[in-house]
Amino acid sequence: MIPALLSLTTLGLLLGALLGIAARFFKIESNPMEAEIEAMFPGSQCGQCGFPGCTPAAAAVVAGTAPVTLCPPGGRTLAQALADKLGVSADLSGMEDKPPTYAHVREGLCIGCTKCFKRCPTDAIIGGPKQIHAVFRDACTGCEKCYEVCPTECIEMRPVEPTLQTWYWPKPSEAA
Amino acid sequence: MTGTILVSGPHAHGAISVSRTMALVMLALLPATLFGVCIYGWPALNLFLVTVGSAIIAEAGCLKLAGKPVSPYLKDGSAALTGWLLAMTLPPWAPWWIGVTGSLIAIVIAKQVFGGIGQNLFNPAMVARVALLITFPLEMTTFVIPKPLLSSDAPGFLQGLAISFGSGFPVDAVSSASTLGHVKTEIGRHVPLDTALAPVFDKLTSFLGYMPGSLGETSALLIVLGGAYLLFRRIITWHIPVAMIVSLLGLATLFHWIGPETYPGPLVHLLSGATVLGAFFIATDLVTSPVTPRGQLLFGAGCGALVFVIRSWAGYPEGMAFAIMLMNALTPLIDHYLRPRVYGRDRKGEPLVYEQERESAQ
Amino acid sequence: MKLFKISGGVHPDDCKALTAKSAIETLPLPALLHIPLQQHIGSPAAPVVRRGDQVLKGQLLAHSQGMISAPVHAPTSGRVMGVGNYPAHHASGLSVRTITLKPDGKDTWVSSEAIPCDPFKLDPEEIATRVAAAGIVGMGGATFPSAVKLNLRTRYTLKTLVINGAECEPYLTCDDRLMQEHTAEVIDGIRIMAHALGVEKIIIGIENNKPDAQLAMETEALNYPEVSIARLPTRYPMGSEKHLVQTLTGLETPARGLTADIGVVVHNVATALAVHDALRHGRPLLSRVVTVSGGAVREPKNLRVLIGTPVDDLLSYCGGFTSTPARLISGGPMMGQILPSTRVPVVKGSNGVLALTGKEMASDTPMPCIRCASCVRACPCGLVPLEMANFARAGDLEGSVGFGLMDCIACGSCAYVCPSNIPLVQYFNYAKGELTARQRTEHKQLETKRLAELRSDRIEKQKQAKREALAKRKQAAKAQQQEAAEAEA
Repeated sequence: MIPALLSLTTLGLLLGALLGIAARFFKIESNPMEAEIEAMFPGSQCGQCGFPGCTPAAAAVVAGTAPVTLCPPGGRTLAQALADKLGVSADLSGMEDKPPTYAHVREGLCIGCTKCFKRCPTDAIIGGPKQIHAVFRDACTGCEKCYEVCPTECIEMRPVEPTLQTWYWPKPSEAA
Repeated sequence: MTGTILVSGPHAHGAISVSRTMALVMLALLPATLFGVCIYGWPALNLFLVTVGSAIIAEAGCLKLAGKPVSPYLKDGSAALTGWLLAMTLPPWAPWWIGVTGSLIAIVIAKQVFGGIGQNLFNPAMVARVALLITFPLEMTTFVIPKPLLSSDAPGFLQGLAISFGSGFPVDAVSSASTLGHVKTEIGRHVPLDTALAPVFDKLTSFLGYMPGSLGETSALLIVLGGAYLLFRRIITWHIPVAMIVSLLGLATLFHWIGPETYPGPLVHLLSGATVLGAFFIATDLVTSPVTPRGQLLFGAGCGALVFVIRSWAGYPEGMAFAIMLMNALTPLIDHYLRPRVYGRDRKGEPLVYEQERESAQ
Repeated sequence: MKLFKISGGVHPDDCKALTAKSAIETLPLPALLHIPLQQHIGSPAAPVVRRGDQVLKGQLLAHSQGMISAPVHAPTSGRVMGVGNYPAHHASGLSVRTITLKPDGKDTWVSSEAIPCDPFKLDPEEIATRVAAAGIVGMGGATFPSAVKLNLRTRYTLKTLVINGAECEPYLTCDDRLMQEHTAEVIDGIRIMAHALGVEKIIIGIENNKPDAQLAMETEALNYPEVSIARLPTRYPMGSEKHLVQTLTGLETPARGLTADIGVVVHNVATALAVHDALRHGRPLLSRVVTVSGGAVREPKNLRVLIGTPVDDLLSYCGGFTSTPARLISGGPMMGQILPSTRVPVVKGSNGVLALTGKEMASDTPMPCIRCASCVRACPCGLVPLEMANFARAGDLEGSVGFGLMDCIACGSCAYVCPSNIPLVQYFNYAKGELTARQRTEHKQLETKRLAELRSDRIEKQKQAKREALAKRKQAAKAQQQEAAEAEA
């Protein structure tokens, strides 16, 4: 009995010491996770998360100071993907499943104030001072920055409709 | 009309369903079961009914507890079939609580806890049999000499009830070991094989099945007929039964040639114990066997080899249940690595390249 | 002729007796025609007519755009009522740009300047150009522009033209009747295509459940030694291009490749007839034969129908429904799509309109998978459908691809044999669509990043320009000050 006790204790102490040494000498300094997380973000630097861009937002998410639900354009899919990657559980109930939208200028109400195109992070709005503005639908990410500043409220956010080229079969829902 | 439901094709279906598949398997088992009931008498019938009945009740209970719709799942007949197969492997005069316990283990622990039909890793009937064998070794290894149902020295209906539900095995009845059990014990006592086999093994009797054994395992003839029927109806394919029998007989022949006094020959292995029942009905269980032909061959060969190993060198005379369960554990691995060759690709998964293309490329 | 075996496949009840003996009837002119601009694989056609234009039969309504496209012609003479959105011949119910034409009843042909000539004296490129100008696409349902297929001779070494007369889908008999009633024209079209492809060997594959068509085609083919008829065993999916070629040659088309990789081009029987019409008579593709069948149709028939005819007109001509159909399908029951309504028009690829009763469909509520592997045995492509569907259900699309999702031809054999009635093909369609959607999202993200970088570069440059301008002004002001100081001194 005593030899068994002694040998097991010695083994445990030895292995624990080995683990401690490994933790000290093989520690990873920088966190490559931040770059990976940033790659998952939409990348339009829209600022809706409250951070001045996607890089500081990624750092905050990795550090744990920001929740995984921080990115509105990313929606539930991004929040779930971030939660999976970081291994945390996320409460997604607050996030509405917002369908993708694009901005549309109602030209009859546009006064050409240029406030919107100065804010667009992808330069998707064309126009000049005192000229009617219009939105390039393909370049618009639906971040709503223009929508927030328009003084005449002539910008409306329209849902992106499926076309014959983009439509596909929904997942079957079955009893099983 | 169709405007509201968005369903993809195909819009036609073959005349197949899960309940039909299970019904055909039960039909194939019927001759051997009836034979077993006939030769072992009323207690066998009681045990059979109790086992199947408790399997169905256990399934209904679990489904209700899980909040699933009871009727469609019960109607597919899988619980009844599990109970039926379990009953086939039980000693015919076992008391009723063996059947009930076995069914509960099979349905609740080995099937529903894993997620219900299609989700179990191990064959439920085999899990139950192994659990019973280890927990109640006495009741599970007490076999009887056949006594035809309505003959003079067979127990009558009321006596059958007493054996199954009441006092149990009558003191003056004659119990007997199964063929494999007897042979193993004798070989253990260093009795030469021929002497050990002579009283218990006769080719014709073993083939027809009029000998001590489990409820439905004894008649190799009737089980093979049932298996042939299943093959004909395309419920099972030939890969697992053939691979298993060939592997078992191959090893048996080899070792019988090496040591004819200690290793029974291939015919003994084929005709006694649960060999044919296991090969045609138990190893071929759809949920727990691999899905590709190559995988099925490997699975069958592994089962056969393990049965031989356990019968010859391990502590139990019959190794079918253990062998099948061990191979069931390997099924996901087999399915992961042994995938069929895709049309237009080679074995490695790269697109095919033809000679003329290679030439024109050069 | 030696035939090879294909693995897998199923043998559904072919139900062709409903229409196999019905000769093709021509549907009378409908009240309105709706001609979609996208009836083919590739870019949609661009309209050249406007609302109010009067057009003649065969006149160009929209020209093709790009390499993979096809033009659209007026099926009859009349007035263009509009060019706008109309429900498409598609399961989604979405709309597509469509030209609505009101027939004037006169059916006047457009005058043609083309001089009729012997197609066999023309260059292969000229034949392909004429086929393209006639708007001919694969009429077996795939609707791939046929001229592009004919031009494969420039990039591949071709040896054989295989004509797909298998028509393996249950209920459909349009190709069967075409082969019996227009035998000479079909064979002529086939020979013209072989001339355009530059091949000498022609094999016409016809399934054994069409003995009359086999006899008719064999009799006509006796005149042409290079044409042979192959009597194919009746098995679904014998009409799948890759499996047809494997049955005839024993060679498997390499994955992600074309049959042209093994020297074979496959065309449909109806396409051959359209080529004959275009090259011998100068007529563009204006109509096609459609089988209207199913247990819920009062009088199942084979109809010759103008492109753009609403499906409603076909069903009324066949006596309407005997009972409300459980499902209305375009095409065959195995690979056909549900029709969202009967307002949709017939398009170049519609080979069938089926109104099926519940009994014919024999479907039931889906139950869990029991891993019986019937689907593995039935799959003609050597895939493992049950695992593909499991991964798709769990959202692991890469896992699904690992079991062969991208090699799936969506034939439906697996779902046909599944005892648990699992909608396997819908899982695969969903998974393929979801993968494409994810790729699109990734692409959009990359583009967004690029645009955002361009913008920050632009702003940076503006700031830089402002700083330089400011620095220059400061320098100029300093220089001025110095000059003034020197002048004073």
